[in-house]
Amino acid sequence: MEAFLLRALLGGLGVAAIAGPLGCFVVWRRMAYFGATLSHAALLGVALGFALHVHVVAGVIGVSLLVSLLLVALRRQQRLAGDTLMGILAHSALAFGLVVLAFMEDLRLDLMGYLFGDILAISWLDVGIIGAGGVVVLGLLALLWRPLLSATVHEDLARVEGVNLARTELAFMLLLAVVIAVSMKIVGILLVTSMLIIPAAVARHFARSPEQMAVFAAVAGMLAVLAGLGGSLYWDTPAGPSVVVAATGLFALSLLVGQRG
Amino acid sequence: MPSNDADRPLVEASELVFARQGRTILDRVSLTVAPGEILTLIGPNGAGKTTLVRIVLGLVAPDGGQVHLRPGLRVGYVPQKLAVDPTLPLTVRRFLRLAGRYNEATLRERLAEVGAEHLLEASLGRLSGGEMQRVLLARAILPRPDLLVLDEPVQGVDVRGQRELYELIERLRSRFGCGMLLISHDLHLVMAATDRVICLSGHVCCSGQPEAVSRHPEYLRLFGTGAQALAVYTHHHDHGDACETGGEGQ
Repeated sequence: MEAFLLRALLGGLGVAAIAGPLGCFVVWRRMAYFGATLSHAALLGVALGFALHVHVVAGVIGVSLLVSLLLVALRRQQRLAGDTLMGILAHSALAFGLVVLAFMEDLRLDLMGYLFGDILAISWLDVGIIGAGGVVVLGLLALLWRPLLSATVHEDLARVEGVNLARTELAFMLLLAVVIAVSMKIVGILLVTSMLIIPAAVARHFARSPEQMAVFAAVAGMLAVLAGLGGSLYWDTPAGPSVVVAATGLFALSLLVGQRG
Repeated sequence: MPSNDADRPLVEASELVFARQGRTILDRVSLTVAPGEILTLIGPNGAGKTTLVRIVLGLVAPDGGQVHLRPGLRVGYVPQKLAVDPTLPLTVRRFLRLAGRYNEATLRERLAEVGAEHLLEASLGRLSGGEMQRVLLARAILPRPDLLVLDEPVQGVDVRGQRELYELIERLRSRFGCGMLLISHDLHLVMAATDRVICLSGHVCCSGQPEAVSRHPEYLRLFGTGAQALAVYTHHHDHGDACETGGEGQ
């Protein structure tokens, strides 16, 4: 196998393995639009990463956290509905990102690569970042599992039983930021949310417990990566979108064969 | 001294004030719950009952006043509503285990206490209103609480089921010897299962034995004289001017 293909495969499978379990929480907590907001804001993170000479992954994590906290603060005011606020933050952050990039004249950036992913161009460093990020994210998620699940079912009940809600939610936002940052290269900013949501939606049709759903979502995402990359090579289609198309195909299939438990 | 400690109130809340956006929701409300006592909060929608309970539970901070819980108090809580997203596959067993590390025998025993042992494997999303309330009660009694806080524990349950649930709640009190803080919008349903009643409408309108409260002019003003007859839902009237300082918005 050619090295670039091996890297693409490892990177893609790694991202699917992280995004699946975390995506389950995004679905359970009805945070799909929140995920989309963070991923749109990621472009601003990329731009600031270049401007401040820090790694783009660090830039994206930083901006994602900032946007998360801003959203929490704006929501507290209860002036505008959550989806309106997220719409404002998502698109203004994307626009700011594009504007900041335009100011950096000497920067030759593959914008399409960031927006739609460039899985075939990832480096061994990228693979390493996905691997390390994945271990950290899945490890933290395992520690966070019971309190986060409890808070997902009922916040007040969880708090009365001793869950530190603010800490748990902040940790979850951090994990989401990391996943978006490391997944960006694979499927791109505009398609990252699909890797969180679609595998989880597929898994729901077969899972009988939350843990099972998390594992199934990871497996579904990995299948989508394999099928998408294969299809991309065979038909010479863009890799990131092909992975998402494959995931959607799995979802359609799951509608036909799956039954709700 | 331990004997003294056992007599101390479980909860002492004094002069609680809570306001949001210029609206006074609670105006100098005080309450105590003694060990083994069932105290019922009654009042129309928007009277601040849930806010008061959330302050007692430490979920929101009051703008004024103080809450003292007996040190080491174990609290069980039955929230008003629990709607699990249908995408989350959760059995009753898994739901109960979210409360902490309890072994299988404890889960079965608590479910049996509320007459729901057969529901252990059931999917949470498929429970009826009454079954859901029983499962919530089972989770609340997992830590053998000293205080059980129940927010409208008979919601979504038919009238016969409501009576059964109140009987169950009384049984749990004698079984676990716990005090209870109960929210209800219908005095007559809880009458038999309560020691003391606080009638709330932003402030404490009246309080005392359930019989006395049901004849109290403030109570009758709030709920209408028709409340003396057994009306199940009496909260649809307009109570805006029911009490002088009643800070309700709906």
